[in-house]
Formats: sequence, structure tokens, C-alpha cells
Amino acid sequence: MMGATGLSVVLIIAVIVIMLVVIVIGGKDTISWKFLTTFPKDGMTKGGIFPALYGTALMVIIMSVAAVPFGAITALYLTEYARESSWMAKTVQFAVRTLSMVPSIIFGLFGLGFFIKFVGGGMDKVFFGGQLIWAQPNILWASLTMALLTLPVVIVSVEESIRAVPRDLRDASLALGATKWQTIRKVVLPGARSGILTGTILAISRGAGEVAPILFTGAAYYLATLPHSLSDQFMSLGYHIYIMSTQSVNVDQTLPIQFATTLVLLLLTFTLNFVAVLIRSKLRRSH
Amino acid sequence: MNTEETTQPLEENSGQPVKVDGISEQQPARFVFSNDSLKKQMRPSEFFAEKIITGVAFLSIAIIILIFLFVFRETIPIFSGKAETKTEVTAAKQETYGTATDNRNVNQQEVYSGTEPENGVTKQEVYVATSDTTKNTVVSGEAGISSYRETSSEAEGRVTVKGLAGKVWMPVSDNPRYGLLPLVVGTFKITIIAILFAAPLAILAALFSAAFAPRWMREIIKPAIEILAGFPSVVIGFFALIIMATFFQNLFGYETRLNAFVGGVAMALAAIPIIFTVTEDVMTAVPSTYKEASLALGASKWQTAFFVTLPAAAPGIFAAVLLGIGRIFGETMIVLMATGNAALISMNPFDSVRTLSATIGAEMAEVVFGDTHYSVLFLIGTLLFVFTFALNATAEFYVKGKLMTRLQGKV
Repeated sequence: MMGATGLSVVLIIAVIVIMLVVIVIGGKDTISWKFLTTFPKDGMTKGGIFPALYGTALMVIIMSVAAVPFGAITALYLTEYARESSWMAKTVQFAVRTLSMVPSIIFGLFGLGFFIKFVGGGMDKVFFGGQLIWAQPNILWASLTMALLTLPVVIVSVEESIRAVPRDLRDASLALGATKWQTIRKVVLPGARSGILTGTILAISRGAGEVAPILFTGAAYYLATLPHSLSDQFMSLGYHIYIMSTQSVNVDQTLPIQFATTLVLLLLTFTLNFVAVLIRSKLRRSH
Repeated sequence: MNTEETTQPLEENSGQPVKVDGISEQQPARFVFSNDSLKKQMRPSEFFAEKIITGVAFLSIAIIILIFLFVFRETIPIFSGKAETKTEVTAAKQETYGTATDNRNVNQQEVYSGTEPENGVTKQEVYVATSDTTKNTVVSGEAGISSYRETSSEAEGRVTVKGLAGKVWMPVSDNPRYGLLPLVVGTFKITIIAILFAAPLAILAALFSAAFAPRWMREIIKPAIEILAGFPSVVIGFFALIIMATFFQNLFGYETRLNAFVGGVAMALAAIPIIFTVTEDVMTAVPSTYKEASLALGASKWQTAFFVTLPAAAPGIFAAVLLGIGRIFGETMIVLMATGNAALISMNPFDSVRTLSATIGAEMAEVVFGDTHYSVLFLIGTLLFVFTFALNATAEFYVKGKLMTRLQGKV
């Protein structure tokens, strides 16, 4: 019986290793500086993935700008202001956990129904006289949709780091006559800086890999130009993998590109995750 | 958190002016605390900081409610449409629709007639390109379009409950049918296959990590398995589509290359890290006195693991499996890529399936905004949301209510 438990560990780890090895072997020959910095060519059967990389980067930046302050403030509320047993704190915590459980495709639907149709449609009606500018998929709506998805990641991470700030520091600050908000600003937040950073990195890693929420809120099949404004569509790495492997003109011929794109995405998310783990373990050791 | 408590005693002690010893004679005024000077001052910055932070925190609750409201809002045409069909057998509202009504029969044919997308021509083009048959109906309804636009949202939906429970999912055809049954069956099939792989593997692995593995090994196993959670689902889907599908086909020799089995195994990969992490956490939380008592009674290590640790952690494991099911249920990209996406009702695990989430992912991009098809996709979304919400709530309350009382010895 002990053997069965050990075997399942071995099996799971073996599958992970196989996946990594297959993707690395399939993609390593195609990846080059040129691959990363050129546009796709010939109906996406040749060339690089630059617009997808650029689009993903732009999206996660806008996403972080939206998600990180919001998430950090929510974490601040949960740790500093809310009494843990109060129903308000419990409801907020339940909402955060629920948010982390909502299927990613639902965020896509929400982005379509709320951001594109409701907010975008409203903006067009009020500011642009019914012109179609914001009521269609674009990078802003996709990023905001993604921000909602990654919000719980930020909250959990920041919350953990704020709780790790020693009580004594706070008490010392308060004893010196600082007010609560001054204490938070000068003592708690600087102490939680690495947690905020970890949360941001984890959120970026999550957001870069998700495809379902941007399927119909802003990701484009192919664009000849980079997105110039917030109302442009964009290409994303994950979506690129999806369409290349399912809807490409010639799936077999483009297989090396698909593997290479997958490898790039994996390297990106794993590097980010690794950095986050490093920062976090450093944080744990320092307290 | 409770800074009030820390400042409180100070305030109480200082009912009388306090003189600081030694220097009080020389500088009496400066060091005197009075009730007034120690009273909590009303500071606008404090006040606003607290209110803003509380307000922002409550936005996360608002988001949950908004998600439900806005996903549900887009399905409303279906329900309002349904109400009309009942009263409207004699076509009472005919004048509103102009020529569009001529096409109507008992089925939902008029769905496409006069369907003018509110938002842009691009969507229309995509849509027309996907199905030539609908093009004709759109053209035939054209005469009615101009007068039709205002009422379009009420006019389009004609889906009955019976229609939704039907066995055929054929949204793009002359006579579109929106039977959700094959999608529901497909979703459950995938979920069962995935959980049959994921749950035993993840639970046994967690048991090994929590009960048998020495400390150094546990510190390798845990992060290693959690790497799996770092794989974007599109990468797992890609791996399943390119590698696993071929591998399993060679192994079992079935016909359809992409099927429920491949999708289920790939989904298991997505669910394993969740189930593993939660189960492992719960098992390590089982008090060591349980294990020590069992070992002291002469039970072997694996007897202790299987008959003491495992049952003690059972509610947590149950919750872990629920969370895993929730993850599988809502996963889109893996099923979209690896299951073949044919809406069939069959019990054969080697047939193609189409799940609820994959249907949204595959069809939403090609649908006309505001159309019945569009509303039905949102209805599917609402179903998914409600189901995962219920699963999550169950898991949460089950763990909180049962596990915690049990582990704290209040059985």
C-alpha cells in the first residue's frame, strides 16, 4: 500500500517531466532572437511571434496597474481594518475565494457583457455619439477582465506579507504617537513591499498564460501592426498557441512554431513563478 | 487591527494630569497630559483612508454580484421570449415585427430574420461566413430591419425550456436547436473521467508526502507537484492535442483521435495540483497525537496512514475533490483543444464530446450580439457560474464546519 502512494508521486512527477522535456525538445531549435522579434509571415506559417509577445506584455502591464492597487487595498482592509470575526470581513474573504474559483471563461463572458457592451456601449453613446469605438473587443477591456481574474492572487499574497509584519513594529509606531494611517503608510506597507511584488509577479504569470478570458474580449487572430491605443485589439501568446494548433492552415508544418511559442510562454510563466518563490522564501526567512 | 486596545489603557491611566518625574518642576506645561490632549482626535486623513479602504474592499463582493448580474442579464431575452411564446400562439404581437414574422413557425426560425448586430459589421461578416444558410434568412428579413431595431432584443428569443432540454445542439442551421443535454452529458463525462484519474493519484500522492516521506523529500515533492499548477491551461491543452492524443490512439487503437478520454486525462493534470495541495495541507493538520496514539497501540506506519490519518482528514479530502471538480467543470482551453468538440450523447469514453465551457469558448466569437444563440451561450455561462459557486460554497462550509470541529476534538 505504501508502494501505491509512492508510485502516484512518481507518476505525477514523471508526467510533468515528460511534458517539460517534450516541449523543450520541440521548441528549442526554433527559438532565436529573430523568432522573438519578427512578425509572423506567410499566413502565420513562418516568422516570429513578436506581436504576440508585445501584446501579452502590454496586457499584463495594464492588468497590473488595475489589479495591484485594488488587491493591495483589499488586503489592507482584511488585515488592518476589519475585525476577523466580523461578518463584513468574512463576506469579503468569501468573495475573494469565490472570485478565485470562478471559471475563467465566465470572466470572458463578464468582460463581454459588462465592459464591452455596458461600459463601452455607454461610453460610445455618451462621449462619441454612438460611434463604435469602445463597444468592441480591445486591449483595455481584455486587461481589465484579466485584472479581475488575477485579483485574488494579489490579495492572498499581499495579505500574507502584511500579516508577517511583526506586531511589535506596529505597536512601537503607535506608541510613538503615529496614527493608524501613518503607521500603515510608514511601517506596514514598507514591510509588505516584497509581498506586493510577489503578488504582482504571480498575477502577471497567471495573466500571461490565461486565454479563456480574452477569447472574446480583445485577443486577435492576426494583426499586421502593434496595438497603438487602448481601443486596439492585440495578439497574445496563449491565444496564438491556441489558434496555431487548432485553426492554422497547416498544423503539421507550423508545429515547430507552436512548440517554440509554447516554450516561450512556459519559460515566461516559470521564470516569473520562480522569482516569486525566491522573494517569498527570502521574506519568510527574514521574519 | 485593534490599535484601539493598545491605546486604551494609556488613556485611562491619565485621568489626572501626569507629571514626568524629575523635569516636571522646570517645564511643567510641556509634559502634562490631560484628558483633552489624549482624546482621539478627528483627523480627516484617517477618516478618509479608512472609508476608502473599506469601500475598495467591498468592491470584491460587488464584483461577484456584478458577474452574476451581467452574465445573467444577457440571458434575459430568452426568458422574456419564452413568456411571449406561451401567450402568443396566435401571433398577437405580429405587427411589431413587420415581414420578419412571416418566417415564423413553431420552431425558432425567425431567430435570424432581421437580426441586425448592434455592434458593427465585422461580427456580421464572420457570422455570414460561417453559415450560408443563415444568410438567406437574414436577407429575407431585411425589409423588417429598420422598424425592427428598437424591439430586437425582445423579439429574438424563442427558446422554450423544452427546447433547452433537447438532445440536439445545433445552433447554426436553418432550424437552430439549442438542446443543452449533449453538452451537459459531455461535461459530466469529462468530469468523471478526469476526477477518476486525478482524485486517487492526488490523494495517494498527498498521503505519501504527508505520512511517509521524510522531511527533505516532502520539500521536493510539494513544489514539484505544484509546478503543475503553474502550467497555463493552454499549454496542457497543446500537449494533450499534439502528444497525448496520438499516444493514446496508438495505445488503445480507437477511431476518433480527439475524444473525452484524452480531454479527461489532460483535465486531470489541471486538477491534480489543487486536490494534492488541499489534501496535503489537511493531512499535515491532523494532530500528531492521533498518529502517536495509533503507533503506540502497535499499528504499522501504513495502517496508521490509511486508518487514522486518512479518515481524520476525510472532510478536507472531500472538499479538495469538490474544488478539483469545480476546476474541471469550468476549464475551457483544455477541452476546447483536446476533446474534438462534437456534441454527441454517448457513454463511450472514446467518443468526441463538447462541454458547456468549450461551447462558450468556441461559439461566442462567431455569434451575433443579442441573438438567441448569444443569449443561450450566456445562459450556459450562468449555469456554470452558479454550479461552481455552489461547489465552492459547499466545500468551504463543509471544511469550516466539519473538519475544524473534528480536528479540534469536538466531534
